[in-house]
Amino acid sequence: MNSSWNYIIRRILYLIPVLLGVCFLIFILFNVVAGDPVYLLLGKHASVEQAAELREQLGLNKPLFMQYLDVVKSAFTFDFGRSWSTKQEISSMMIQGAIPSLTLTIPAFVISTILSVLFAILVAFYRGKGIDLFIRVTCICMMSISVLVYILVFQNYLAYEFGLFEISGYEYGFPDFVPYVILPIIIWVVLTLGPDIRFYRTMILDEIYQDYVRTARAKGLNEKKVMLKHVLRNAMIPIVTYTVVQLPFLLLGSLLLESFFSIPGLGGMTITALNSSDFPVLKAMTILSAIGIAVFTLIQDILYTVVDPRVKLQ
Amino acid sequence: MEQVLAKQTIGDSEKVIKGKSLWIDAWYRLKRDKIAVASLIIVIFYILIAVLSACGLLAANWAEEVGPSYAAPSADYWLGTDIFGRSVLRKVIHGTQVAISVGFFSSIIAIPIGIALGAVAGYFGGWIDELVVWFYTVFSSIPGIMLLMSIAFILGKGITTVYIALGLTTWIGLARLIRGEVIKHRDREYIQAASSIGLGHGRKLFKHILPNVSHIVIINTSLQFQVAIKSEVILSYLGLGVSGQPSWGTMIDDAKLELARGVWWQLAGATVAMFVVVLAFNILGDALRDSLDPKLKGK
Repeated sequence: MNSSWNYIIRRILYLIPVLLGVCFLIFILFNVVAGDPVYLLLGKHASVEQAAELREQLGLNKPLFMQYLDVVKSAFTFDFGRSWSTKQEISSMMIQGAIPSLTLTIPAFVISTILSVLFAILVAFYRGKGIDLFIRVTCICMMSISVLVYILVFQNYLAYEFGLFEISGYEYGFPDFVPYVILPIIIWVVLTLGPDIRFYRTMILDEIYQDYVRTARAKGLNEKKVMLKHVLRNAMIPIVTYTVVQLPFLLLGSLLLESFFSIPGLGGMTITALNSSDFPVLKAMTILSAIGIAVFTLIQDILYTVVDPRVKLQ
Repeated sequence: MEQVLAKQTIGDSEKVIKGKSLWIDAWYRLKRDKIAVASLIIVIFYILIAVLSACGLLAANWAEEVGPSYAAPSADYWLGTDIFGRSVLRKVIHGTQVAISVGFFSSIIAIPIGIALGAVAGYFGGWIDELVVWFYTVFSSIPGIMLLMSIAFILGKGITTVYIALGLTTWIGLARLIRGEVIKHRDREYIQAASSIGLGHGRKLFKHILPNVSHIVIINTSLQFQVAIKSEVILSYLGLGVSGQPSWGTMIDDAKLELARGVWWQLAGATVAMFVVVLAFNILGDALRDSLDPKLKGK
């Protein structure tokens, strides 16, 4: 127990250098390589005084090291300043944007995870048979089409031509948002089914060739019992930890889906910021997503050690 | 690695064939898989088209107006025409060149970074390893699409940007795999033997360990191409992609405005062209892994 606490604490402390590194990368990209954004904001004909004033306002005339500290400070205080284009507090924009994103991503994630685990069990059970081959081929074909094509085709034909779904837009409040997110959810599920089924199938098959499974069969258990009682329980470990790492992406929403369906979530916000060269919002979203991923990777690692005693701590 | 004793079962009799290298052995196994061979032929076909197009021998005149605006596919215009009356077929061919070049040049950037960092970290261990692991943990903490977007945004629109942005975001997986594999080889007997005859780090790493882990690079490159081709489409939608020449991404992106007017052929042309080659890379990647990964031998 002592050693596992040691590991967990060390693992948590490791977050600090990782986040400092992320801040440094963002700083290099946006403050050093990107150059002076002042003329982007003021237009080409701004006077030198105006430019200097704006630089002062945005903190761009500080020495580079101080600018780096500003990035670090924002990562630890969640105070990202104001958006250049809307002048709103970025942190409040994020809180506003999180809800529409979650109304899209949570149901989509739950549905796609359940479906792909079920399919994976099915194909692992019938491995090598026709249905396994069929589903695998379908998965690989589905993965070979661009995300953009799914969105364009589904939106144009299902929503626009046949009028089955809302084309775009969003309304706040429980039953009101539902019609707007159904089609994006369907597209999300279609997009993730291919890679997820393949991944879960591998996880399950990794267990199927283990010795304990052979023992279970040798005892005379039927294949169904072997699968459900023995294989699946062990295969659930990587499956659950894999889903944990996906969680931060739910908060961030889906860049393309939100922007195509005009859902005012964080993903759509990021694309808008990109199109209007809104550096602070882009930086804030990058930092937020990095924090999310770093934290959830940590949780995954800890879960792994807690759930599976075979995993050695070091 | 070279002298792997490979067992090959022919009918019921088991013959031991000596001195077959991993590569030859893998090639034999790949050859037995008809679908993998077909995929390989498709990939070679696309590369050929890309090279011919790059040399100006094919679809060099894609910018030429060949008919009316938005002509549907017919005997005259096989894949129809776009808004400016340009041949969609020629644009698809030119797009092939862009797609293959994006895969190729992003690999040229990503592979050396991945190999160098992964090999050094795995081989030397200690603080060097810590540093490299920290470095790629930082990169992988930022979602791929965000990093790709940020780099492309900062470098500005253009095909070189696409190469660099993709190259700088796709080395992480390779570095991680190479590191893990090098760690496994580092303490093997053949490396101890190499040490005992007084070989230096450089020779041990480059002459002995790296050839043994190079199959990972091959498998990874197949993956890299399809990721690159798919990412080009997303970058085009974000307005950060190729400009001044047609690519599958820009053609698919154009369909935003075209589909509602019933113009589907540009989308269809680019999508089918992309589907075939990405599918081929997908299948080839799987087949290469099965045939090159010795752990799976005989399974």
